[in-house]
Amino acid sequence: MLHLDAKIPDGPLDQKWTSYKFERKLVNPANRRKYDIIVVGTGLAGGAAAATLAEQGYRVKAFTFHDSPRRAHSIAAQGGINAAKNYKADGDSVWRLFYDTIKGGDFRSREANVYRLAEVSVNIIDQMVAQGVPFAREYGGLLDNRSFGGAQVSRTFYARGQTGQQLLLGVYQQMARQVGLGNIELHNRTELVDVVVVDGKAAGIVVRDLVTGEVASHSAHAVIMATGGYSNVFYLSTNAMTCNITADWRAHRKGAAFANACFTQIHPTCIPQSDDFQSKLTLMSESLRNDGRLWVPVNPDDTRSPDQVPESERDYFLERRYPSFGNLAPRDIASRAVKVEVDAGKGVGPLKNGVYLDFSEAMERLGVDTIRERYGNLFEMYERITGESPYKVPMRIYPAPHYTMGGLWVDYELMTTIPGLYSAGEANFSDHGANRLGASALMQGLADGYFVLPNTVSNYLAPQLGTRPVPTDHPEFQAAEAAAKARYDGYVAIGGTKSPDRFHLELGRLMWDYCGMERSRAGLEKALAEIPALHEEFRKDLRVTGDAHSLNQTLEKAARVDDFFELAQLTCLDALTREESCGGHFRVEHQTPDGEALRDDEHFAHVAAWGWTGDPGQPERNVEPLEFENVHLAVRSYK
Amino acid sequence: MKTIDVTLQVWRQDGPADPGHFDTIQVPGVNTDMSFLEMLDLVNERLISDGSEAIVFDHDCREGICGTCSLMINGQAHGPLRGTATCQLHMRTYNDGDTIVIEPWRATAFPVIKDLMVDRSPFDRIVESGGFITAETGGAPDANLIPIPKPVADAAMDAAACISCGACVAACPNSAANLFTAAKVSHLNLLPQGQAERYRRVEAMVDTMEQFFGSCTNHGECQEACPKEISIDFIAIMNKDYLKAKFKNSRLLSRT
Ligand SMILES: Cc1cc2nc3c(=O)[nH]c(=O)nc-3n(C[C@H](O)[C@H](O)[C@H](O)COP(=O)(O)OP(=O)(O)OC[C@H]3O[C@@H](n4cnc5c(N)ncnc54)[C@H](O)[C@@H]3O)c2cc1C
Ligand code: FES
Repeated sequence: MLHLDAKIPDGPLDQKWTSYKFERKLVNPANRRKYDIIVVGTGLAGGAAAATLAEQGYRVKAFTFHDSPRRAHSIAAQGGINAAKNYKADGDSVWRLFYDTIKGGDFRSREANVYRLAEVSVNIIDQMVAQGVPFAREYGGLLDNRSFGGAQVSRTFYARGQTGQQLLLGVYQQMARQVGLGNIELHNRTELVDVVVVDGKAAGIVVRDLVTGEVASHSAHAVIMATGGYSNVFYLSTNAMTCNITADWRAHRKGAAFANACFTQIHPTCIPQSDDFQSKLTLMSESLRNDGRLWVPVNPDDTRSPDQVPESERDYFLERRYPSFGNLAPRDIASRAVKVEVDAGKGVGPLKNGVYLDFSEAMERLGVDTIRERYGNLFEMYERITGESPYKVPMRIYPAPHYTMGGLWVDYELMTTIPGLYSAGEANFSDHGANRLGASALMQGLADGYFVLPNTVSNYLAPQLGTRPVPTDHPEFQAAEAAAKARYDGYVAIGGTKSPDRFHLELGRLMWDYCGMERSRAGLEKALAEIPALHEEFRKDLRVTGDAHSLNQTLEKAARVDDFFELAQLTCLDALTREESCGGHFRVEHQTPDGEALRDDEHFAHVAAWGWTGDPGQPERNVEPLEFENVHLAVRSYK
Repeated sequence: MKTIDVTLQVWRQDGPADPGHFDTIQVPGVNTDMSFLEMLDLVNERLISDGSEAIVFDHDCREGICGTCSLMINGQAHGPLRGTATCQLHMRTYNDGDTIVIEPWRATAFPVIKDLMVDRSPFDRIVESGGFITAETGGAPDANLIPIPKPVADAAMDAAACISCGACVAACPNSAANLFTAAKVSHLNLLPQGQAERYRRVEAMVDTMEQFFGSCTNHGECQEACPKEISIDFIAIMNKDYLKAKFKNSRLLSRT
């Protein structure tokens, strides 16, 4: 069994982080340049960590498979970032953000981590403004806020519909400064393909240069991974095309526990799939639910155009079912509610696979200009894809895989079960429990990168003063390099008939059908039988054209899909063994008579952290009990 | 929904040293609801099943925000539609029987890596030289301490919307990067937080730009090609600041 010590500091909740920062070991400024730190991933979380650690004086090597840090998937975040600033004086506080996040996560996250997240949220906004992020402002010049799902206060800061872009540019610029100063050595178009552990500690990584195909090793005193989420295991998701699980998975295979894999988030408002060739789904930001109302015609056979359907024949189902949160019910709840309507045959559009998101009432109340100011670029994006203007007809939306709460298990210091290996941002499992609230991923990524890791890493590094990183000619590095080369040559050598994308598509279908918005024992068991069989076929019938010694996107994809197969099994197994419904994990066997999720706190108020055993079908389930000392485990109601 | 047949002339180039050539590929059965890149996915699927190498092209978000996609389509950067990145282009823009020529960005500063993929790292060099505000983590004052008039924040945001795709360079007859650099400079130079480094920033960035890229002769093609419709007015702002910077910075130097 794995030893899961979350290392939560003693003391009252609101003092834990302060006392941790005081108690931790420090590295004095003059000694910091004696340490090498590897950061893999340069999105919000990794970029912020790399920049800050370099500013503090550590020697940082950063890696990304993108051509520049500014391309990370964080760039696509639209809606905003939360912070408990209470600038609107509407009753917000660190405590309220903490409480909303714990409740939003359906009581499946750690109190101490979440409290810290809420606490540092205020510093994030200060930091980003100082760096020149052009957040939206009111006419008086002060910062503007909007509301997001799962909250009854306005605490979301935004930069038009491009909040992620602006935050990532801030982080990238700060990193670029350190690159220019020579404090960060940046390796772009370079993919992590293995993690190396020597004497039980993280020693470094093996990477593949995507341009030349060359495999090489890098060692350091500590390794931080912030490589994003795994929604692409579903093939179609809102994530960028290259998002993948390889980095986390390679660490998992080397001993890092993987937690709560089945906590995946399906976002309610995405453009419905239009055909089989579709390569990805496009998110329509949650912020739209501030002013847009979801509805379906009462009569499933209604074929009138939406403006012809009178009020009395419309069902505003979220407002009806959840009067106090209405259209701003949290994502998991809203997604399932949409599914209920579509499954009941009330779907709209040519394929009857969506519901309306209607702005006509808001346009009447606020004027078209205000709506354009708030959502203009989203409306335009929608029109470009569907050929329909939301100014004229309501949007059609349907849920899609979007975010993954699960990830590498980390303790309070964000260290995985491999000493010296840290995980940050969407890649770890930390703060969102079974469901993430909108605008909280950007917050968490930046909290981890800017304010948590730069405080916790020294606690591990300080005692290593005077040691050198393990040399990369160490047998463990040599073995990992040889294995990586063999792996990539192996894909090319199979010479089968099906491309990696074909396999990915089939895997994604299995996952969506049996491990998507709704899961059942029978379905999961079926998936657990079919996934390994498909994986076996992949090993025999994969076709990768080209070679392993130059830029080859088909080969890159093959390796990523290979790792998705094993992750998919773990996700289904995690879903099967969690015999309750909570947050994004909905088991049909566990629901109330009116279809709400039925949690089982007695048996499942815990984190499931899986250990690698060498057999992807038989991982080891470990449990970290969650203790709630400050909040009362309530039925999560948004009614 | 309808289906069309198109003919592609695609640039294939094995690496920076390879002279490269056009391949002609017939693509029957293209659904017009497909995006342009989904059409290329389809072509690649077919190439793989024929045992050939897939066409290499850069892409990621497929929603016009990451700036990774970068195709010259019938001689136009990102194709025929205004304010549209390649990944946002749909096949409904094309007709049955069309021939579509697809090339990489052409600019000395952006060498071809393979096929349609180019190396845009000179953009990073420009930002590294000064495209930031020095505000190290920690110690930032409360965010509402400096009110910023909405029009100023909006103008900075207009510039900051740049996705660094490089279409401006590709469209420019001189391969100049003035629109990109001006967007980056203006985003920070317009904001109160950016004032301390304003003149140092513009001088460093423009000087770095000139090491890699050609000079601007005010053709305005960049603005036309920009998927974010960034205005060339920002070039004027940059030029003005640059002139002032030359003056101020040399005065500062003569004092020390
Ligand atoms: C369409 C969309 C909209 C969103 N909107 C919001 C929003 O409004 N508010 C909000 O809070 N959240 C939002 N989110 C979620 C949020 O954007 C992400 O969770 C967050 O940005 C993830 O940041 P990250 O730093 O953890 O990872 P990423 O930004 O995904 O960065 C991952 C990095 O790791 C690198 N990498 C990965 N694997 C490897 C490897 N093997 N080797 C080398 N490098 C590797 C990548 O190159 C990249 O640099 C949205 C997400 C989507 C999909
Ligand atoms: S792929 Fe991201 S902008 Fe086109």
